[in-house]
Amino acid sequence: MPVHKPRVAVWKFASCDGCQLTMLDCEDALLAIADKVEIANFREASSAVVEGPYDLSLVEGSVTTPEDVRRVKEVRAESRVLVTIGACATAGGIQALRNFADVDEYRRLVYAQPQYIETLATSTPIADHVPVDFELRGCPISKAQLLEVISAYLTNRAPNVPNESVCIECKRRGNVCVLVAHGTPCLGPVTQAGCGAICPAFHRGCYGCFGPQGSPNVPSMLKELGELGMAPLPMYRVFRTFNAMAPAFRSAADSAVSEEDAP
Amino acid sequence: MVELKVGDRRVLGRGDFPAFFAALRDAGYDVIGPTIHDGAIVYDRLTRVEDLPIGWTDRQGPGKYRLERRGDQALFGYNVGPFTWKKFLYPPRERLWTAYRDGDAFSIEPEPVDGPPLAFLGMRACELAGVRVTDRVFQGGPVADPGYSARRSRLLRIAVECGEAGANCFCVSMGTGPGVGADVDLVLTEILEPGPHRFLLRVGSPAGAEVLARVPLTPAEPTDGQIAEAIVERTAGSMGRTMNTEGIRDLLRNNLEHPRWDNVAKRCLACTNCTMVCPTCFCSTQEEVPDLDVSKVERWRRWDSCFNLAFTELHGSSVRKSGLSRYRQWLTHKLGTWNDQFGSSGCVGCGRCITWCPVGIDLTEEVAAIRKSPGATAAAATKGGSP
Repeated sequence: MPVHKPRVAVWKFASCDGCQLTMLDCEDALLAIADKVEIANFREASSAVVEGPYDLSLVEGSVTTPEDVRRVKEVRAESRVLVTIGACATAGGIQALRNFADVDEYRRLVYAQPQYIETLATSTPIADHVPVDFELRGCPISKAQLLEVISAYLTNRAPNVPNESVCIECKRRGNVCVLVAHGTPCLGPVTQAGCGAICPAFHRGCYGCFGPQGSPNVPSMLKELGELGMAPLPMYRVFRTFNAMAPAFRSAADSAVSEEDAP
Repeated sequence: MVELKVGDRRVLGRGDFPAFFAALRDAGYDVIGPTIHDGAIVYDRLTRVEDLPIGWTDRQGPGKYRLERRGDQALFGYNVGPFTWKKFLYPPRERLWTAYRDGDAFSIEPEPVDGPPLAFLGMRACELAGVRVTDRVFQGGPVADPGYSARRSRLLRIAVECGEAGANCFCVSMGTGPGVGADVDLVLTEILEPGPHRFLLRVGSPAGAEVLARVPLTPAEPTDGQIAEAIVERTAGSMGRTMNTEGIRDLLRNNLEHPRWDNVAKRCLACTNCTMVCPTCFCSTQEEVPDLDVSKVERWRRWDSCFNLAFTELHGSSVRKSGLSRYRQWLTHKLGTWNDQFGSSGCVGCGRCITWCPVGIDLTEEVAAIRKSPGATAAAATKGGSP
């Protein structure tokens, strides 16, 4: 452990800031953390910036510009431990849908002066560019898991973040299975726990915000979604969301539709 | 009023059921029983008779469960739902103790295990068997689990004999039901006809007799006993499923490389649902939850499952990586090696794992498939099971 108060920095790449807001949403727990650490860089909370190196960097967002590529290396070089937070940083986020499309075409259609837009053709997770010590899933991340990760790194222990399915959270919480009892398509069986099974608690199927669980059986899930009446295109779309680039979900979407039917 | 003894039978009229319910609450019991929640019959705290799923039943199939209206006002006219009584004896998350640091020393404060006595109203025969299994798991060893034992010692088990079998039921095959044996506090058999809606009540223990002291009851006629027996016999004759358990431990043990395991692994989602809904699956993981300066650490236990990849994680990797090895582990333990470990099968024939498997994997079908072509890969089996 460093002799000074551990220095924590929060960094933003391409993202909606929702994961940083989750951190602010920790309220009382955040005050307790603020007491134990020096918050060196957290633009969503304060404009004050302290120079590195940092003991713990929390990185939100994906890499989408040449500037991001340069900056993420700088952040890594200045950080003892680097933890990525959220679906953007761990899987490229919703903006990774560009990876399956023509970015130049988007640029021409969306911007009046496309020549000023400097962007990469892809949105990629932080781990594609620099070594990452731990990836915290979710869109957005869970408060409890964030506090667990921060507490783990501040006390030099491994974070306790299970890669089990959402189903186990439904059962622990007392949710009735929406798939079995209501016939609602649900990605819970292939999705990693962490959200507390919020959607099924409100009678909705899981949307896969936390990405693939530790051992997802995608072909069996697709077959079941089909048997529940889900057509190939909706099945494709349900896997092309926040974690579209996570390998298991990417292959799920690819297998849901034939190549010529893919939008 | 004549004091009731173990083995006595009486009739409780439907109209007096609220008095029976009130007697449980007056005796200080927290009454847990069936109630409708989110389109299923679940077990929860009940405050009045109307909380029961009156006039409802469940239709089940592999991977399928739907509530349906009955044509009558039966109180217990359904089978089993997605939850088991285990969650009240062995909660999904439980703090076991808290440690406090004091300089270089630390002290451990055990978790209090007091609480109100519980009355489980509406236990099925298979579920009583399930509690007998978890009793052996949590209390049968050299050290009894304090939380489980405390809750179990305050438990009143009120069973209801099943009036019909569900499509996934196979308690007859497992020798656990549908009739209720002697190891129980009270047994009800719901009689809808002929005659008025009533319950044949059998006293199973002094604690059961005690709560009946001020409940209006009438003597049981011989015909009441005959009707109740006929109900149980009819249920036994209409099991939705069967499983041939003859030599099942060795059958599975000798077929660890059977191609059927690969077949089921292709369907298995490794989602853990079968283990979560199983009345006897007891696996847990324990975790320490420290505060930020590690001055206080809580030890929590939460339900875990052998279907989780991390369940067998040792020094950075899992022993049972494939879905095949995890399904095989679960089934061979449940039906086979459970006997070696606890002296009984781990399966009580309730069929929950069939209903609540999102893809409808049916263990009775899996066992039958292996039994149909045992030794299909006998040559491979001699090499022993791969992890």
